[in-house]
Amino acid sequence: MSLRREAVQSESFREGSPWTGLWAVVAKEMADHLTSVRMRVLEILMLLTAAGTVYAATMNLRTTVGEDPFLLLRLFTTAYDPLPAFVGFLGFLVPLVAIALAFDTVNSEFNRRTMSRILAQPIYRDALLLGKFLAGLFTLALILTAIWLLIIGLGIIGLGVPPSGEEVGRSLWFLLASIFYGGIWLALAMVFSIVFRQPATAALSSMAVWLFFMIFWSIIANLLAQILQPVQYGFAREILAQAQLELALSRLSPNTLYTEIMLALMHPTVRSVGLTLPIQWQGAILGSALPLHQSLLLIWPQLTGLIAATILFFALGYVLFQRQEIRA
Amino acid sequence: MNERVIETENLTKHYGDVVAVDNLNLVVHKGEIFGLLGPNGSGKTTTILMLLGLTEPTAGKVRVLGLDPVRQPLSVKARVGYMPDEVGFYDELTARENLIYIAKLNGLPRAEAYRRIDEALARMGLHEVADRPVATFSRGMRQRLGVADVLIKQPQLIIMDEPTQGLDPEGAREFLRIISNLKQEGITILLSSHLLHQVQAVCDRVGLFHRGRMVLEGTVTDLAQQVLGSAYRVHLQADGSPSALMEALQRLHNVVEVRQEDHNRYEVAARSDVRAEAAKAVVAAGGRLLSLDVEAPSLDDIYARYFEEVEHVTTAGSSAK
Repeated sequence: MSLRREAVQSESFREGSPWTGLWAVVAKEMADHLTSVRMRVLEILMLLTAAGTVYAATMNLRTTVGEDPFLLLRLFTTAYDPLPAFVGFLGFLVPLVAIALAFDTVNSEFNRRTMSRILAQPIYRDALLLGKFLAGLFTLALILTAIWLLIIGLGIIGLGVPPSGEEVGRSLWFLLASIFYGGIWLALAMVFSIVFRQPATAALSSMAVWLFFMIFWSIIANLLAQILQPVQYGFAREILAQAQLELALSRLSPNTLYTEIMLALMHPTVRSVGLTLPIQWQGAILGSALPLHQSLLLIWPQLTGLIAATILFFALGYVLFQRQEIRA
Repeated sequence: MNERVIETENLTKHYGDVVAVDNLNLVVHKGEIFGLLGPNGSGKTTTILMLLGLTEPTAGKVRVLGLDPVRQPLSVKARVGYMPDEVGFYDELTARENLIYIAKLNGLPRAEAYRRIDEALARMGLHEVADRPVATFSRGMRQRLGVADVLIKQPQLIIMDEPTQGLDPEGAREFLRIISNLKQEGITILLSSHLLHQVQAVCDRVGLFHRGRMVLEGTVTDLAQQVLGSAYRVHLQADGSPSALMEALQRLHNVVEVRQEDHNRYEVAARSDVRAEAAKAVVAAGGRLLSLDVEAPSLDDIYARYFEEVEHVTTAGSSAK
């Protein structure tokens, strides 16, 4: 009886934890990322952007110190011609860094012919893939956190006003959202690095998807909404249905989700990121700030959407990688 | 001594409709060097990947060091060193850093890992270049680093895929010496190659692969008997009447065929080393023996002859249709 159970067990279970060796992979990959020339260039680019936009914002804000209760958040969101605001830059810098971190994760191991040697060590493929993903995510988090601290520091020096707990909380949630916004592009670039053997193909495909969502998706969402929910008689109901469909479609893009999160978190007075009718504003004191947890409630679906998309893309890459033949 | 390190039973692997390995029954004993021979695409690498649990077999059983690579891959991979064909390293890291990564993946404690790395590098003659990036290494150095990489886990079995490919003759000779040394430590070695004279120089037994099947197996002498019908070729040079000499040589025990190569040169194909008997026969037939030489069986001949026959059979078969 027990012999039979043992036989059944050995039939259906793999020995050991799938995460054996995970931290060795994470440490090695992170060291690679942090010392690579590619990352140096991107770090410098991000630092310059942060310093430039924040300096410009400080110049602009000095005139209004004392009037705005959310001065720290204004540092991130104030544009000063000709520079856009820092959050505007983040919208495309984060995907750029994420794609740069991940587009050659798997295919470069094949191209350097190290894959079979690494997988011949006592680890599972699970540990290798998750280790590479976590290393990318940690690197991204490290860069973004450093910049976040830098901006707050610059703000304190430049404006001479200490940040309030509410502001720090809001910007921390925004930092988290930025990391997972990067996570989506990281996981996507990783999927392409599994599918394509050429790193250049993987990089260009990731860029293509990113540009598609960045530039074309809003146009396509608009056209699709017009086709699927045409306004035939000009009823308010029809117009509303069309607008709602367009909004729903545009939310398939991570860029839209990220922009909405940014709006709600960084502008405490924003009360809705969707469509609202005047009737729904009844009793609201327009222009007054929402508390943090109310703003969070507002963008909770967007935030979970970002995290879910990251996990989804990673799962896709995971399945593809597990099925891949190791021989080059 | 007769412990079975590798054992496969009707091992089969299909890639779609392609049969990469077909009902393979392979046994490798402890302490021997076994050579997998065969043209590219004959299933050698697929077999190796199945032994390591890097590819799942379609059917059949595998046992490596008494473990099942499909269900216990970590235990197998902790005990077996694998050196892939054209072994790759992280070029921007130094030799030592590359090995440290491997030691970490094997879960070795730091002090032990550093000790083993120093030992392995020194042994492979790479101590002085240990802190240079691998990008600056020559092909031979990379190959030796590959062995150092395998030695870190102190394996009981080492599997090498085409280890001498692309090395210059001196590098290849040195590499074969390394393999022989490893054998002396009691490590079992399985290597695949299509460079036959090198395989012949180090392997105790060989298996010849053809279209996923192991068509021949045994020592080189065994194979020669099977394929060539005669394992030894005696070349002799003698003055005297050719017909008388050939007749005398033909009558010898174990001789399969006698050929006149030149006006006074003869080639005798035999199942054993018949030099002494041949010398006696030449003298007895009134000839003057000038030189006598024996050629040990060569894998090149076996290989060429075997595939010639296979080719012949297949073309005959297809033309009959």
